Amino acid sequence: MNILEMNHIHKSFGSLEVIKDISLSVAEGEILSIIGPSGSGKSTILRCATMLETINGGEIIYMGEKAAYTDSSGSVIYAKGDKAKKINSNFGLVFQSFNLFPHYSVMKNITDAPIHVQKRNKTDVFNQARELLEKMGLLDKADYYPCQLSGGQQQRVSIARALCMNPKILFFDEPTSALDPELTLEILKVIRDLAKEHMTMVIVTHEMNFAKEVSNRIIFMENGVIVEETTPDKMFNSNNERTKAFLGKYHNMG
Amino acid sequence: MSFSTMLMQLSSGMVKTTGIFFWTIILSLPLGLFVSFGRMSKNPVLKNIVKIYISLMRGTPLMLQLMMVYYFPYLLFGMNIRTFRFPAIIIGFTINYAAYFAEIFRSGIESMPVGQYEAAKLLGYSKSQTFIKIILPQVIKRILPSITNEVITLVKDTSLAFSLAYMEMFTVAKQIVAKDATFTPFIVAAVFYYVFNFVVAFVMEHFEKKLSYYR
Repeated sequence: MNILEMNHIHKSFGSLEVIKDISLSVAEGEILSIIGPSGSGKSTILRCATMLETINGGEIIYMGEKAAYTDSSGSVIYAKGDKAKKINSNFGLVFQSFNLFPHYSVMKNITDAPIHVQKRNKTDVFNQARELLEKMGLLDKADYYPCQLSGGQQQRVSIARALCMNPKILFFDEPTSALDPELTLEILKVIRDLAKEHMTMVIVTHEMNFAKEVSNRIIFMENGVIVEETTPDKMFNSNNERTKAFLGKYHNMG
Repeated sequence: MSFSTMLMQLSSGMVKTTGIFFWTIILSLPLGLFVSFGRMSKNPVLKNIVKIYISLMRGTPLMLQLMMVYYFPYLLFGMNIRTFRFPAIIIGFTINYAAYFAEIFRSGIESMPVGQYEAAKLLGYSKSQTFIKIILPQVIKRILPSITNEVITLVKDTSLAFSLAYMEMFTVAKQIVAKDATFTPFIVAAVFYYVFNFVVAFVMEHFEKKLSYYR
């Protein structure tokens, strides 16, 4: 079953059309990477999928339920109230800039929403949070505040925070772009571990080799359209001129 | 008049000064928060009404505002205002300080990075939960130095209540000076104000330190 389906998505900022009729789907357990030059719309499509931006056309479907659709008059209708809450509980997002709550300890960052939004049992949530922190190698940092942590540690906390909500799909918006190469490796290791557990993920990234290694499928985007969508092997041996040019630049860097 | 009698009279004035101070703080801080919501409202009518209100409060003398609040019920409705002196002072100070606090709250709220709202939204927090749990605590930390400034100004501004002949400390001091032809009450009043503000600054610094556990 597809966890996420996005059909014919259109998104404009004023007169600037940044997403031009994009359709994509993500099946359970699948890892999809989205690559492409800056300004290609790859972060925007993620922000549309997570309802941080409202689409101008198309439909977004989570687990078969319509989060947004375009009616016959062409206006986009979003799910509201409890239905929206239920749909939104399907996904989590890891931001490029972490966006941890600076006034909350690591533990509270992770547990506050599961306890006060999802109204789950406190003991269960704390146990899960401890397990997650252990997985992230941060159990000893539970009582620290975000400002006392390195960027890589903060990003791992934010991944734990997203995972503690038990999402069916996790989005990563350039999770390593604010980190140096060493810290980037920390985060990529965490994502690799999640991949082993068959966590469904969509990753917008500039780490080409990582995308090649970890994904089941890669989308190459440019100027608001999908240029190519295929398996990592085929993507990196593509005959498409644009794909070759883009990936070639990365190869030349190495 | 003996020094101790003078001290007694000034002290009873100080009690009233403190009364004006605390009532104004208790009422104008929450009112200021709500005014800042109006100021940031998407509704243009509400937003402009609030803008005019803030502009008038900041653009005219507080002493004049106190007099207007006090005399309006008489001028408009012919009401007996003899018992209205204290409420008029509290209303006058509150609506004036709420305008200043509103702008301070606005500056703090608008300085919050959008990522905090986005992270809260992704975690399913409602709008009110987001504001109360995530945004407001961080805003308070950011605006505390500006609030301290206003609070210290308020301590000194309470002396403007003399314009309505309310027997707070400054009014008392002025009367003794005029009657006994001595300058001493002013010096004592200055010491009282200074000590009051010293305590205020100390308490506010304590709050700032308490919030300095994060950046």
